[in-house]
Amino acid sequence: MTLLSVDRLTVAFRRYSGLIDRVDIDCLADLTLDVARGEMVALFGASGAGKSLFAHAVLGLLPPNAVVNGSIRFEGERLDASRIAHLRGRRIALVPQSLSHLDPLATVGRQIGWAAKRVGRKGFTREDAVAALNRFGLDELFLESYPHTLSGGMARRVMLAIASVGDPDLVIADEPTNGLDPVNAEKVFGFLRGFADDGKGVVVISHDLAAAVASADRVAVLRDGALVATEQAATFMRNGGEGLTPYARALWRALPQHEFRA
Amino acid sequence: MLEARDISFRYGPRDPLVVQGFDLAIGPGEVVGLAGPSGRGKSTIGRLLARHLRPTAGAVTVNGAQPPARGFNPVQFLSQTPIFAANPRWTVGRIVGEAWTPDADTVHGLGVRPAWFDRFPHELSGGELQRITILRALAPGLRYLIADEITSMLDPLAQAEIWKALLGLVKQRAIGLLAISHDAHLLGRVADRVVTV
Repeated sequence: MTLLSVDRLTVAFRRYSGLIDRVDIDCLADLTLDVARGEMVALFGASGAGKSLFAHAVLGLLPPNAVVNGSIRFEGERLDASRIAHLRGRRIALVPQSLSHLDPLATVGRQIGWAAKRVGRKGFTREDAVAALNRFGLDELFLESYPHTLSGGMARRVMLAIASVGDPDLVIADEPTNGLDPVNAEKVFGFLRGFADDGKGVVVISHDLAAAVASADRVAVLRDGALVATEQAATFMRNGGEGLTPYARALWRALPQHEFRA
Repeated sequence: MLEARDISFRYGPRDPLVVQGFDLAIGPGEVVGLAGPSGRGKSTIGRLLARHLRPTAGAVTVNGAQPPARGFNPVQFLSQTPIFAANPRWTVGRIVGEAWTPDADTVHGLGVRPAWFDRFPHELSGGELQRITILRALAPGLRYLIADEITSMLDPLAQAEIWKALLGLVKQRAIGLLAISHDAHLLGRVADRVVTV
């Protein structure tokens, strides 16, 4: 069943040139993408391709001068400003990009508690918070930790724990492995895969093509604000990516573990 | 030869050592990879070699001597995020021109378009701007280049293009290069040998 359905989404930023003339600069054009329950879709693109804009558009976090066209539906219902405000952090969760999204003045335990309160979980106990951490390979001691004492890999797991507290239906992870070494990156991708295997929909925004292909079901390729290909992950693995669209194949072959050729 | 002899570093007198007794020697024209998990001090080692940081103990030398403190630094540092290494109020032409006036071959070899010179740093993409910071570093006085995850933000095509151009230029001019990366596949492609921390 389709969980998230994005149809011809266009995001432009409005600027004034002089007093009267308005210029709309298209940053995301005509993007159509569906995500089903149990499915993990990777959104791949270079920096500046519009990946984070997509996440911000779905979550209703775009700045006021953004002009949005097209439709975003969640379980068939249109996500307008009031609807997304209601679902955000509850049924749709974001795993943000960096440590700076954690409150530096509050312990991990308190922040997990806030997330539980936000989703209206009654009787959330210390044991529940420990269980949330355990799920991502962190022990009880982390409840008392402050964010600045966490490594990049641990912080990502804390943010995964916070996102999972409300048992969301859709998880959007924005570059969750930036700055992580391959061992930690693989673990984070594994946790996200676990969400999908539990029946949630997952969108992972990443510029690590090899990791995305290894764990996602489908890979959507963004280039300069346009979706140029949506490929089954399995297509990359067959015969050196023979069945891929030309741009996706060129990207795949340019990886250092393949031909490293531009 | 760019040499680090038994260097150690801590950020403050009470902080733990981030780098402890590290040795490295890079010869002219040699490409050395520096690998290892996050938090092992790879970037700090890079900054120590480029003398953006001074070691708490040990010494960094170029051809056996301390390079002069003023003028063009023969050991240039390239970072993962070029936007932080470019003056936002200067045009790209002025940014490159601060170091040298590049010849047409080098400009072309790096895939830099002369039209970019009139723009400001934020008007270029990450890949375009990274080519500009590489171009700036390639001034005649350059002997060693520290490349800290310079293509990890870029797509695989831009990554392959930039490394091809850069490797061609460093071999041709016998510039020593330290490539810092998490990506073992990438280091396997570009480095003559890999040091792991």
